[in-house]
Amino acid sequence: MTVVRISDDALALACGADAVAAAFAKAGCAVERVSSWGMHWLEPLIEIGGTGFGFATPDDVGAILAGTSAKAIGAIAEHPFIARQHRLSFARAGKTRPLNLSDYAATGGWAGLTRARSLPPGDVVDAVTASGLRGRGGAGFPAGIKWRTVAQAAGPRKYVVCNADEGDSGTFADRMLMEGDPFQLLEGMAIAAHAVGAGQGYIYVRSEYPHAIAKLRAAIALAAPIIAPFRVEVRVGAGAYVCGEETSLLNSLEGKRGEVRAKPPLPAIAGLFGCPTAVNNVLTLAAVPHILSAGGAGAYAALGMERSRGTMPIQLAGNIRHGGLFEAPFGITLGELVHDIGGGTASGRPVKAVQVGGPLGAYIPPERFDLRFDYEAYAGADALIGHGGVVVFDESADMRQMARFAMEFCAAESCGKCTPCRIGSKRGVELIDRIGRLTPADAVATLPQMRNAAKLPRTPQDDLALLEDLCEVMKLGSLCALGGFTPYPVLSALKHWPEDFT
Amino acid sequence: MSAALARIIAEHAGLEGPMLPILHAVQAEFGCVDAAAEAAIALALNLSRAEVHGVVSFYHDFTAKPDPRPHVQLCRAEACQARGVEALVPAAKAAAASRVRLSAVYCLGLCSAGPAARLGDTLHARLDAEALARLIAAA
Repeated sequence: MTVVRISDDALALACGADAVAAAFAKAGCAVERVSSWGMHWLEPLIEIGGTGFGFATPDDVGAILAGTSAKAIGAIAEHPFIARQHRLSFARAGKTRPLNLSDYAATGGWAGLTRARSLPPGDVVDAVTASGLRGRGGAGFPAGIKWRTVAQAAGPRKYVVCNADEGDSGTFADRMLMEGDPFQLLEGMAIAAHAVGAGQGYIYVRSEYPHAIAKLRAAIALAAPIIAPFRVEVRVGAGAYVCGEETSLLNSLEGKRGEVRAKPPLPAIAGLFGCPTAVNNVLTLAAVPHILSAGGAGAYAALGMERSRGTMPIQLAGNIRHGGLFEAPFGITLGELVHDIGGGTASGRPVKAVQVGGPLGAYIPPERFDLRFDYEAYAGADALIGHGGVVVFDESADMRQMARFAMEFCAAESCGKCTPCRIGSKRGVELIDRIGRLTPADAVATLPQMRNAAKLPRTPQDDLALLEDLCEVMKLGSLCALGGFTPYPVLSALKHWPEDFT
Repeated sequence: MSAALARIIAEHAGLEGPMLPILHAVQAEFGCVDAAAEAAIALALNLSRAEVHGVVSFYHDFTAKPDPRPHVQLCRAEACQARGVEALVPAAKAAAASRVRLSAVYCLGLCSAGPAARLGDTLHARLDAEALARLIAAA
């Protein structure tokens, strides 16, 4: 019987994979639902004996089985989009059934956990430190140092918390990993638990990811005996973007408003319920099983550039022809990502801007496409790599509108705890609306007793200076990255596309 | 307190940090978390009603009143904007009228295949004006 492999990733489902799978089953094929290869423009992608058929519909079934389909793309593993990658965290993508324990074990699953448990916890921490792994959620903090802090902190009990509140627009690597390879995440968490001495773990998933939640719950039920005595539970977020910030996430897990906590104390010292807690992103934890396999730490550290070691699952999104998941060692340039790999815009019009790092990331113009994917290189260019989302905009984008949206989003999602974020974002929206319109001086300001108030109408230059000033205050005065990084998209739009602000 | 509410609270009583799981279950069961439910949860968790209300009102997923209409969530975040979702909004609003609850969501994680929407637990990608109108009409 012909074995047909079709992804059951949420994106494939949204593109109609279920109907295609049903049509193949009706035609007498054995249909295997596997994880997604990450070539999203080709979904639903069919694989028969290693050969791919992209963008399939139920009507294509006959031609595909007869070998006459024009949708054949050749061997999937040799497709340039896949062949150019260096997949470690996504090594199983497209190849295994997400909830099949024998598929997982047959592809090297649990090797990292078995080896980690044969080592003293301190050696596990050392291996992670030696690999150079840094927090993939955006902050880029060395994972080994965080784990060492948790391991050395005193507390009645300790926790491992997986931050799966992937709210950034343009990012879907966490979702793909949870849906496509949930055991790898559980293995990473179990290794972390061994390293820091935790007995309980939580995965905090956003409610916008119903498929990931279902897959994780099923995976935990299957893998519970393997990861025991460590226990993991899935907790579902409730639509608050700010809960992706680690202290806000911890408050939410405790059942409180998702308000940010002031640091210190660090969560590693006093985190969930006041106990030492290792809070790590999905991709950080999913990288750990590879690092803990024999020779893994050295192999990981050998990849990348400067202080950014290993690979990064980069997500190509927005107006891009070949969107999807591209895992590569750090150091790849933005130009390669957008043009060589992504094939330019989906609309075929010239690229105007690329936002890297989600709603809080800077807009980067094509002149800076030489920028290499590296935490420090981006920081040096007033940008951030964040969670690795790359959103492409064509020339129809209005950068003033995008800057306004950044402020509006911050205002809507601010937790309200600190003033620069809560009020600053509101004023930011008003200010961007006002730029270019000659605003008369305020009636009260013109009263004779208001000696220090402005008497003349505000010019666009005044408003722009005020906006820059406001951004400065938000950057330096906000408690967390939401208020602190919202200025990145605003200021970068202002700097590179001033003509949009007239 | 209704029997269903008492059951939900009892089911989650053993969890660490039971508040959000309880609120999700209440929202799913009754379509809202109203003042009566808040009071019952406050009593069960030994919190003030103000504390519970503070949590309920913080999160977008919990509502004070039920809305029985079908709910279409349209992603209007940056990646879907880059793929032209804003141009679809006026027609979508007209198609939804008062029969369908149309709301914005900030990212469904389908950013390479937008514009995207969610109806219940079903996701839809690569929407154009026509596909979105069909989705709303069938909701």
